[in-house]
Amino acid sequence: MAKVRTSDLLENLDLELISGEDGIHRPIITSDLSRPGLELAGFFDYYPKERIQLLGMTELTFFQKLHSNEKLPRMERLCDDRTPAIIISRELEVPEELIEASERHAVPVMRSKLTTTRLSSKLTNYLEKMLAPTTAVHGVLVDIYGVGVLITGQSGVGKSEAALDLVKRGHRLVADDCVEIRQEDNDTLVGSAPELIEHLLEIRGLGIINIMTLFGAGAIRGNKRITLNVHLELWNSKKQYDRLGIEEDKLKIIDTEITKITLPVRPGRNIAVIIEVAAMNFRLKRLGINTAKDFTDKLANVISERDTDFM
Amino acid sequence: MIEKTTEVQLKTGLQARPAALFVQEANRFASEIHLEKDGKKVNAKSIMGIMSLAINRGCTVTLSIDGRDEEEAMAALIEFVEKEGNY
Repeated sequence: MAKVRTSDLLENLDLELISGEDGIHRPIITSDLSRPGLELAGFFDYYPKERIQLLGMTELTFFQKLHSNEKLPRMERLCDDRTPAIIISRELEVPEELIEASERHAVPVMRSKLTTTRLSSKLTNYLEKMLAPTTAVHGVLVDIYGVGVLITGQSGVGKSEAALDLVKRGHRLVADDCVEIRQEDNDTLVGSAPELIEHLLEIRGLGIINIMTLFGAGAIRGNKRITLNVHLELWNSKKQYDRLGIEEDKLKIIDTEITKITLPVRPGRNIAVIIEVAAMNFRLKRLGINTAKDFTDKLANVISERDTDFM
Repeated sequence: MIEKTTEVQLKTGLQARPAALFVQEANRFASEIHLEKDGKKVNAKSIMGIMSLAINRGCTVTLSIDGRDEEEAMAALIEFVEKEGNY
């Protein structure tokens, strides 16, 4: 299924449709753009036909200088059956030959008020965002003191309950149960809720509750960068849990790794407080204060001093 | 791990009530169960996940189940979505 189609550009980028309406549902598969200057001059060997083609002042002025019997064939070749759109910038006059060729091949021709450079950066931003790799993760995403914490764990382990507790403590809910994650700029994970279940939380025994109407606009957030994963699991007495906090576990989502903390759940352990502290401690580490490491260094120093005293 | 694609026959689609029943059914099994629609994959044991897909009648969905009771789970869940019954 195509993520972006030409019609999406038309709706979201303030463009005016000139011709080729039949092709409005063409899929856009790449965020790369092309300014087909050399192609207009007749060099089609490397024509990137799957990209959006931008025609600015330079290209169109050059086109007007072509011989009249060359104009139509050039535009015909530009209107490939895979080209998602041809966009004219600066509200320039659209050449008749382009309109004719685009109608014949059903390639949408659109026009923008922006200059070519502004238009191309706006298009790139939009397409990068829309074409970014995505995935859905079973978990709860909460913004805790500005740290995006993804709480994961088996069904029924208490993720939503922990989230409710965190919301009561003044943190913000992003998504419950199903987090849609988009990878931006190759190493940034941004999570949000599927539209249908935005602001909702499901608590066993209570059912579905709306966090925004219950706790106000300050308790929710549309999307948040994910930097920490807290994995909840039922206390397993045979398993070794981290006692020092020196080692760092990682969770890989799409191509990005984030820090993972595994928390054993047991009656009497207040999970929300522990998650809250985990988020604060994570921030401290990023600020350069690593308690676990400082402490072990200090301990090692004391031990080695005693060793020398002894000798 | 086993996988099966089917068409949803439930008259009302997976509206809130049938979705809750579906999730309840899925939770009876120990296996990991995922449901996929239009490239979106969610945990079938999570009610919010299932409801976020807004599955209507005639939708094509893929169930992928992994675990020791995967065969039974598959049979039960396929039967659930393939029957027309009213809830």
